[in-house]
Amino acid sequence: MFLIKCPYCGERDMTEFGHGGEGHIVRPADPSALSDEEWGDYVFFRKSPKGVHYERWVHTHGCRRWFNAVRDTVTDQFLGFYKSGEQPPEIDGGEQGQ
Amino acid sequence: MAAKSQVNPKSKFSIFSLVRNALSYHQNWEQQWRSPDPKSNYDVIIVGGGAHGLATAYYLAKECGITNVAVLEKSWIGGGNTGRNTTIVRSNYLWDESAAIYNHSVNLWENLSQELNYNVMFSPRGLLHLAHTVHDMQEIQRRGNSNYLNGVDAEFLTPAQCKQMVPFMNINCRYPVMGGVLQRRGGTARHDAVAWGYARAADALGVDIIQNCEVTGFRIENGVIKGCETTRGYIGGKKVGVVVAGHSNVVAGMAGFRLPIESTPLQAFVSEPMKPVIDCVVMSNTVHAYVSQSDKGELVIGGSGDPFVSYSQRGCFDQVEHVVGPIVELYPIFSRCRMMRQWGGITDVTLDRSPVISKTPVENMFFNVGWGTGGFKATPGSGHVFAHSIAKGEMHPIAAPFSIDRHYTGALIDEAAAAAVAH
Repeated sequence: MFLIKCPYCGERDMTEFGHGGEGHIVRPADPSALSDEEWGDYVFFRKSPKGVHYERWVHTHGCRRWFNAVRDTVTDQFLGFYKSGEQPPEIDGGEQGQ
Repeated sequence: MAAKSQVNPKSKFSIFSLVRNALSYHQNWEQQWRSPDPKSNYDVIIVGGGAHGLATAYYLAKECGITNVAVLEKSWIGGGNTGRNTTIVRSNYLWDESAAIYNHSVNLWENLSQELNYNVMFSPRGLLHLAHTVHDMQEIQRRGNSNYLNGVDAEFLTPAQCKQMVPFMNINCRYPVMGGVLQRRGGTARHDAVAWGYARAADALGVDIIQNCEVTGFRIENGVIKGCETTRGYIGGKKVGVVVAGHSNVVAGMAGFRLPIESTPLQAFVSEPMKPVIDCVVMSNTVHAYVSQSDKGELVIGGSGDPFVSYSQRGCFDQVEHVVGPIVELYPIFSRCRMMRQWGGITDVTLDRSPVISKTPVENMFFNVGWGTGGFKATPGSGHVFAHSIAKGEMHPIAAPFSIDRHYTGALIDEAAAAAVAH
């Protein structure tokens, strides 16, 4: 169990939060223009990195707002939290976005 | 024949060998498999020395006549998810494609100890799925009837019949037991023995099992696999079959592509040993806990996984409560039973909860990964169809629907919504 720092509410227990998967995946502007491969890639394929992971969380049992976090998937240590729409912090070994 | 000279015959296990070795105080049991140095070239390299990989190597040698095979394992064989699961075997999945591969496995399980001359302790003790809501009842009826049509055994039980199977079950708990579906051919097996049995049998046929040999990269020329870079040097391979768990996307990344897989932790628990108390496997999707009793007398308990990507091989504490709470509610008799061990395995989960058994963008490179939270039961069938796929260069008909391409065509095998949350 670990603590998560909601950018709106502060530090809370992780059981208050829901996980939203990999962050910074941009919905294609014109889905109908995509090939099956591109659409499948957008919907199903994920990085699942062993190391720095940029991801989304939602404060389900709190303010119910979505935000982003950076976590090391080997140690589960959080490396940063930031609001949706903000630029992610630069982390060594991190590779955000598609 | 060159291959013949590498064959390493082993004395058969029997009552006589047991007596003979007992008389010499078990000091003279022979080595069960060799620890060879890697050769420079193999016809097939299997990456991953779990039970699926070892089974693949065994069937390659036994049924496909390819004995120049290496199994590369980064640590010791069976030390990953093979040794971390709750050892449940069943095949009562909803969709035809799943029923085909899991029932293929059950058919092989039933004769596996004889085939390998190694006691894998397969125990078809019956597997009972409980239903606690109207939706559950509809789900088990849909699935049970689908099982019938696919030749998978399924029997519907009333709450009283469920209680007859497990007399101390509290069927009037918070989410009362409304019924159940029973697969009598389901049960458990001894996970380590499955890895060891396949390793021993594969080794006897000439397969090189190379432990402490981590693959660090692949040599790919013009889109064709040439071999593996490892911690023990470069090893050439005409074909490479990747059968890993917990690192599928990491390994795929070395080969330059991605998989529709995320790796998440799943926990299991073992209690202190007790006298025999529960003689079947009971699982429940709604309250999400499953329990069986090992031959040593420990309760083996599992639940749901953590919902985020992690390679930590630990689960979160809140999951402990999610598992133990329902167990105690359903079986009050276990309330003072102490948990002896708790551990986490990393499960490679696809969005449709079905594995990826597939050709890849790299020629002569095959992947058999993404078994998620329920790969153990599939071990023999998975190895069998994957071996035939590698040998032929074309996917076996049972494996073909599990191609990576289903994520592009939309022909998903959506067991997440259908069969079972609990595997």
